Amino acid sequence: MKHEGKKLVWQEYQKEIADDHFFYARSCIRQTFFPGSEKVFTKILKDELGKDVYDSEHHTSCTGIGYHADAVPFETTMTVVARQFALMTEAGYENYAASCITSFGLYTEILETWHHFPEVEAKAREFLFKATGREFKIPKNLAHASDIIYKFRHEIAEKAKYRLVDKNTGKPLRVVEHIGCHYSKMFPHKGVGGAEYPYVLTGMIEAWGGEVIDYPERRHCCGFGFRQYIVQANRGYSIACSKKKFDSMEPYEPDMIITNCPGCPMFLDRWQYALSEMEGKTYGKNGNGIPVFTYEEVAGLVLGYDPWEIGLQVHQVPAEPLLDKIGIEYDPGSKFKGPNGEDLGHPEAPSYLKFYKE
Amino acid sequence: MIGGGAAGLEASSALASLGFRVVLVEKEDETGGHIKNWHALFPNRRPGTEVLQALRSKLSKEVELFSGKTVTEIKQVQGRFEVGSADGWKAEADAVLLTTGFSLFNASKKEEYGYGIYDNVITSADLESAFSAGKITMKNGEQPKRIGFVHCVGSRDEKAGNIYCSKVCCVTAVKQAIEVKQFLPECEVFCFYMDMRMFGRHYEELYKEAQEKYYIQFIRGRLSESTEDHTGKIILKVEDTLLGKPLKIGVDMLVLMVGMESPDITRKLGSELGLLNDSDRFLVSADQHISANVSEIPGLFFAGTCTGPKNIADTLADARSAALAIAGYFENNSNRS
Amino acid sequence: MAGTVEKVRFGFSVNKDRQIDYDANLKDIADIVLKAEPTINLCISCGTCASTCTAGQFTDFSLRKMILLVRRGETKGLENEISKCMLCGKCQLACPRGVSTRNLILQIHKALKTGAL
Repeated sequence: MKHEGKKLVWQEYQKEIADDHFFYARSCIRQTFFPGSEKVFTKILKDELGKDVYDSEHHTSCTGIGYHADAVPFETTMTVVARQFALMTEAGYENYAASCITSFGLYTEILETWHHFPEVEAKAREFLFKATGREFKIPKNLAHASDIIYKFRHEIAEKAKYRLVDKNTGKPLRVVEHIGCHYSKMFPHKGVGGAEYPYVLTGMIEAWGGEVIDYPERRHCCGFGFRQYIVQANRGYSIACSKKKFDSMEPYEPDMIITNCPGCPMFLDRWQYALSEMEGKTYGKNGNGIPVFTYEEVAGLVLGYDPWEIGLQVHQVPAEPLLDKIGIEYDPGSKFKGPNGEDLGHPEAPSYLKFYKE
Repeated sequence: MIGGGAAGLEASSALASLGFRVVLVEKEDETGGHIKNWHALFPNRRPGTEVLQALRSKLSKEVELFSGKTVTEIKQVQGRFEVGSADGWKAEADAVLLTTGFSLFNASKKEEYGYGIYDNVITSADLESAFSAGKITMKNGEQPKRIGFVHCVGSRDEKAGNIYCSKVCCVTAVKQAIEVKQFLPECEVFCFYMDMRMFGRHYEELYKEAQEKYYIQFIRGRLSESTEDHTGKIILKVEDTLLGKPLKIGVDMLVLMVGMESPDITRKLGSELGLLNDSDRFLVSADQHISANVSEIPGLFFAGTCTGPKNIADTLADARSAALAIAGYFENNSNRS
Repeated sequence: MAGTVEKVRFGFSVNKDRQIDYDANLKDIADIVLKAEPTINLCISCGTCASTCTAGQFTDFSLRKMILLVRRGETKGLENEISKCMLCGKCQLACPRGVSTRNLILQIHKALKTGAL
């Protein structure tokens, strides 16, 4: 593999990412699955880097999930997005930071549509005004939250307490990076590194000391799909997609998976549990799975945040083996304790996937 | 004569034999253009050097050859042409024949195929050089046990910027596949095609020979992506369109059949002279059927692949036809130098 | 640390992969048949055989597809497929490349009876 060849591709796909003053649009579902991630994002930007991040309680779901599930028509979604932009404009911001990758894809799609079809933009303005009396300006810069962490990856590396290195062997950790489909597959030039060899997570991993694994099914969708996942009977299709990826990455013996989408880490994490129950197979060593993280969780870990404070206890594939490998200090006994130290009980152990409760 | 490849050499010889004074300028140090790189020519796999020798030896001493000079400008000055190169070389002429040829599609533009990224992804030109060097080896020095050929790389492809068919790549793939089997009889060979464009004489027979004698397998399906697995094998995803199912297959080496493109220099010279070019960026002649060698500018002619993909036989015929057109032009204008 | 939960009823199971995995498929039948009837190498999948085929009018039998399935190693249900063929020979009459199509059927039958699988 010639790394220089990839570097040439990455240079083709560079994008403008704003430096400061972000209007932060949170995700509908990330708080449920990976509760610490958005907290870590705002903490890193505000406390570590001194940036201005505006957190609005008035914004709604972008309705991308409904749009992609065929439940919400495009005109409605477009108007809701227009409202989000209006909130940004009213708060005095020009730089939009989307926490969810589907949102990012949706905003990009809508902005491209408005760019090529100004009459559609005019309609959106009309709908928004009639419905809410609001007006908006188009964001000067639209970035996904992972673009922003990517932009500041070296600053984070400088402040980092830990690196993505095996403390016993000194070798870089073997990391699988998985990019959400909506990031660059539709508009390769809106993603850092393009669609074939995206660089946004690779850049972070390299800056923090890890080694990226290129495996055959790297580009394959995790299977989230919305329409596929929402109906229980269709989930066989979704889980088969994740399984294809696991089978493909297994020979490389990865230490961890990092993703930048709300749905992908949920799937890649939870489906390992489901597959272990259905087929008795685990993809890590000794009955462990391959732990899955969001990039914010990884940023938090390298900066030395407490694993339980950033929400790793809800991961279905336990992160403990990896934390030990990196040498991160944590209290195993606090895993299932509440904020005041109260015992919250703990989940039942799965049949095959190794379980850690203290 | 701008360009000393097949068309330039042949047209120069033809014009010299008709009694014209020919100045042949070639950008490389040696004449021959792309034929220099062809180990064997289709359909009968005769050595490329034979044709190259024949063309060079035909060239009479009267033809003034300037090699190592890249023409960067052609100006029209009082009914004559002034041709100049980057390093200050100049010539004047009453007529100009553009035989600037083609360049090959840059395979790195197809990022998903991994040229320049994965160790054992090469182009048809790279393979031809390997034939000339007498051995086919993978990056690690071992012999491949399975080679895949991908047709239409950079051709018939909107994303690559070329929607046209490059005509000769299909027969080249078949020829190269057979040559691989001759070098490495135990190597499995697969060709992944959209169509099999065996348009010329004996081309279909070559295809049949490839299947019958050399057991080369042809799978109809365009390569969507290639990746390396943990052993360094290249994993291909094509649809087996005739079965209607996706197919996954691993190969040791992947050969990309890169198509012909109009070179930058042709487009530059063409635009400066105000010559027409088509959406495929090749030069446009006055009439595709009736006056294929004649341009919009009196005294300026075309021959060879600068007007579109051709095989060598057609290129040479085109060159001879251009010589005739030029002779006719001077006959009509009664203006010889 | 084995769990104590009851077997989980997910309400779905993992969908089967329909991708032809060329390297995983066994090519035993293909090797035997191609050696016994080398004209099969000449097939260009034009479909003339399938269009004139008697069996193809009333069943989903297609000699064109069968040659491809055999060569890819997709041999599940092959015995059942070839039983649809009437050995009428119309395909052999029609083939522009001179493939001995009737013999293909007979050789597959022979390979399945005596062959590697």
